[in-house]
Amino acid sequence: MTRLADTCAPPRRMRARWPGGDTAFRVAVTAASAFVIVVLVATAVFLLRQAWPALRHYGVLSFLGSDRWAPSEATASSAHPNPYGIAQFVYGSAVTSLIAMALAVPVAVAVSLYLTEIAPSWLRKPLSGLIDLLAAIPSVVYGFWGIFALIPAIRPAGTRLSQTLGSTPVLGPVLAGPFFGVSYAAAGIVLAIMVLPIITAICREVFATVPTTDKESALALGATRWEILRMAVLPRSRSGIAGAAVLGLGRALGETIAVTMVIGNSVLSITTSVLGPGATMPSVIANEFTESTEPFHLQSLMVVAAWLLLITLSVNVVGRLVVRRSGEESA
Amino acid sequence: MARKALTGLVLVVGVALLATGCGSTNDVSNNPPAGSSSGSGTYFGTRICDRADNSRPGYAAPFPDLPGGASTLSGAGSTFIAPMMSYWTKAYSTSSGVQVAYQSIGSGGGVAQILAGTVDFGASDTGMSVADQAKAKGPILQLPLLLGAVVPAYHLSGVSSGLKFTGDVLGKIYAGKIRMWDDPALTALNPQVKLPKEPIAVVHRSDGSGTTNIWTDYLTKASPTWVSTLGGPSGSTGKTVAWPTGIGGKGNEGVSGQVNQTEGALGYLELQYALAQNSTYGQVQNKAGNFIQPCVATVTRAVNGVTFPPDLNTSLTDGTDPEAYPISGTTYALIHQNQTDAAKGAALVNFLGWVLSKGQDFTADLNYAPLGTGLQQLAVNQLKQVTVNGRPAIR
Repeated sequence: MTRLADTCAPPRRMRARWPGGDTAFRVAVTAASAFVIVVLVATAVFLLRQAWPALRHYGVLSFLGSDRWAPSEATASSAHPNPYGIAQFVYGSAVTSLIAMALAVPVAVAVSLYLTEIAPSWLRKPLSGLIDLLAAIPSVVYGFWGIFALIPAIRPAGTRLSQTLGSTPVLGPVLAGPFFGVSYAAAGIVLAIMVLPIITAICREVFATVPTTDKESALALGATRWEILRMAVLPRSRSGIAGAAVLGLGRALGETIAVTMVIGNSVLSITTSVLGPGATMPSVIANEFTESTEPFHLQSLMVVAAWLLLITLSVNVVGRLVVRRSGEESA
Repeated sequence: MARKALTGLVLVVGVALLATGCGSTNDVSNNPPAGSSSGSGTYFGTRICDRADNSRPGYAAPFPDLPGGASTLSGAGSTFIAPMMSYWTKAYSTSSGVQVAYQSIGSGGGVAQILAGTVDFGASDTGMSVADQAKAKGPILQLPLLLGAVVPAYHLSGVSSGLKFTGDVLGKIYAGKIRMWDDPALTALNPQVKLPKEPIAVVHRSDGSGTTNIWTDYLTKASPTWVSTLGGPSGSTGKTVAWPTGIGGKGNEGVSGQVNQTEGALGYLELQYALAQNSTYGQVQNKAGNFIQPCVATVTRAVNGVTFPPDLNTSLTDGTDPEAYPISGTTYALIHQNQTDAAKGAALVNFLGWVLSKGQDFTADLNYAPLGTGLQQLAVNQLKQVTVNGRPAIR
């Protein structure tokens, strides 16, 4: 009886409403979505417009072609050589992000496997929540942790590493000392922890899409738990893991404040040693924009920002495409 | 074993003695320490620093307060002066009721903001360049507000404050030519101190900074190696330079954090930041050949023998006074000579008049030095040139 009353009641209320509500709602949500696109495009246009004076003065390609950033040498008239080479920042962003990926991806995969396949069910929710909570820690706190906990902890090991391997032929340039703590390596480790939640979250979802029938078939064939993971879960998830890693990479490339606090901010040129101080694209912007008083200084920082936007956008697009393809595969 | 420990003890005592003032080369007075004016400073080295002379000059108000002043003022710029400025603005609002909001955004920002007309006064550790002055709407007055020191701060376990440096040694360290603490150049200057066989972690500012300008201006005067490494004097002085080596820290607090956190670090800090963070810092040899501890008394002497141009815009580093600390500088208030808003103009003149008189008595509390009589008079004379819509503000 009550059910009948329920189904009868709504039409009467509906008639009392404004007939244009549907349209208004559609317009509102469309506008909101369009707004997102407008903001993205407007940001890109703004960056390019701001960067344009420097791009025109020095030439579009001269920025990536040089690794010497020396704003104090800039003059309003001379355009060669370009004192705002940015190759070392691209290099720094790449090196720190790759260190982060190398450390974070295996851990994230292991954690996700544990959460989806191995952990007792009562533990899964709280543990996933805990890992998601890592993403809620403000990055400046990670920076603090890097300076006051991580760096003192890794300094003895890093110093020993640079002393033993720092002068060997192949590894030498990569591990040369002196090691003062602040370095690409420290930034990479901090980033690894920061990207762990995002990679774990995506991997968890990817693993969850593996059909139970596949796992059961493996089980029926007498596979052990490890063999199920190796033969049924991981092969199906390969591109999903890759996509998760690329999305994590996008996050790592753009991270600013935590990296700025532990990377050492050496901007002049490429530091080859991962134990040496360097700079990334976001860190140089964070450091210098407040006092960018040299000719074309601010505009050149805008060039860095434009390249950063381009790189992170493409990385994210690639990541989403890969994740989507993996979703289609397993469906 | 016991013998080794004993040698160590003797060494430690030796260092401690050095640090408390024995063996310093320029004891100019045998006065007993007059007590620190701030209570926060670690006093060591030269006795001149223990005499609290000149630290409260007690300048009389240069003119009676102008009537009809606005109740708020805004300023922005130098981080070097920021601790003092927040002290001044607080004291001034208590005594006069006028609220002065100061944003510590950096000297370059101070220049940019006064050019853009968004603040009533800017503050910069370097005078405004002729090119920047040309961009301003009307002439800009530059008033020195106080004197301050930039000090070499270091972190070496077992080594206390008072390590001796020369400008050339500092220049070579920052040029990357001296890389170890036990370099002969450093051990020769500090024979009583056992310097460790450790690499020097050079720390500099990662942002543009007036503090950097004072530091590099001094290195340029005192170290040919620094100048040649940076490719000539135009590249070796400035708010930013192309640091050939080292770790960058953002702001004085970034550098002090990095120095305090890194064993073997050497950085440069505004004196107040070094004291507030309990950093150990060194003495620097001045032009007369004396090793000088940075403190209120030695910084005050930095202006002795300096001839100021009409706009008061000049470098105070490497002074000729035998007791002057060589890495000293000043912060200028930048104001439009012609004020278009009568109320703001009056309030600005009143505030700066107060800073140049009563305000000077507070400088030593934060380990800045007050302007000497001569320079204070010159600054007041600048202030007296302010006009409101073309008519002199002070009649």
